[in-house]
Amino acid sequence: MSMINYASREINCKLVYYGPGLGGKTTNLEFVYHKVAPGSRGKMISLATETERTLFFDFLPVDLGNIRGFKVKFHLYTVPGQVYYNASRKLILKGVDGVVFVADSQIERMDANIEAMQNLYENMAQHGYDLTRIPFAVQYNKRDLPNAAPIAELQAAVNPGWAVEEPARQRPMADPYHENQYLVWQQDGHWMERAPYFEAVAVTGEGVFDTLKAISKSVVKTLG
Amino acid sequence: MTGASSWSFREADSHRIHGILRGFLGETNARTALIVDRTGQLVATVGEAPAFDPTVFASLTAADFSANDQLARMLGEAEFGTLFHQGERESMYLADVARRVILVVLFDNRTTLGLVKLRVKPAVAQLTQVFTEMFERDGADAPGVESAFLGEAEDEIDKLFGP
Repeated sequence: MSMINYASREINCKLVYYGPGLGGKTTNLEFVYHKVAPGSRGKMISLATETERTLFFDFLPVDLGNIRGFKVKFHLYTVPGQVYYNASRKLILKGVDGVVFVADSQIERMDANIEAMQNLYENMAQHGYDLTRIPFAVQYNKRDLPNAAPIAELQAAVNPGWAVEEPARQRPMADPYHENQYLVWQQDGHWMERAPYFEAVAVTGEGVFDTLKAISKSVVKTLG
Repeated sequence: MTGASSWSFREADSHRIHGILRGFLGETNARTALIVDRTGQLVATVGEAPAFDPTVFASLTAADFSANDQLARMLGEAEFGTLFHQGERESMYLADVARRVILVVLFDNRTTLGLVKLRVKPAVAQLTQVFTEMFERDGADAPGVESAFLGEAEDEIDKLFGP
């Protein structure tokens, strides 16, 4: 729910990084914090346990600057990934404008990824939001690890796609980020759509800004 | 409903809200009044400019209020309509407004909790009326941003998150 404040000429957009525990959500934000010019970002807040596991959320405000007389800001949040922190996770989704699902590419974490994705759909639905209708991207993190699963396998498990019911949207849409791949396609006579995906190694920053750029552009489009 | 509905905050809304809050601060001698929406965004600040980062403050306030809301439900209460955090010198009092925004009052020993509590009620009633009108209005005739905005925003995103 992006809020347009005509009095202070501000637009604030809320982006939430979601995903299984230890998948790299906080690492994404930390990389953004260290790389974005200090004048363009605020303080990063981490509500974490003593062992640096996210307890409630991390928060990083990033300032896009003045656009056509509006100060545009992105508020980046992470949620705690551990299963038992669901109450906190759900609260953070309130008013979300865009979601990045950070999946852990390690083959051993496949079930955790699937469980977290189901949990995301459920929590969004409980707020009355439809994940298939808001800006949404999937990031496959830890691509550098030897036990990383192939992308095709991860896509099939984590981001298999959803049925496109609206006739107006039933036309092929190429994936702008991957050659010869589609975000909307026909399969066995049914139209399907899936979220764009990005490969990343968040500890080195690889893919972090590609993901953030894509999701923030999608969110900005919803303001028009 | 696909996503959360957007809402806009206009010049005229700002005047009305600032008027209510200025009156409240005058009556109580509290330092600052802030309006934060439930998603963690700062809507308005009146009174002494706070020394902290208001964006971060707003996100933490919303999280604080939301967490307490859940605690209330666990106790069988519909909500905790107000919260009070007491410090040695600085204190804060939070009150729900129309289930969508939070009024945050910052005060020190120049006033008392009793006076703040007494005066907050009518202020919340006035604010509730303003915000209810705003939420009912929005969606119908929200002005939106001009079309050139999108292209420029994309360019800025490329610059900020480049290369």
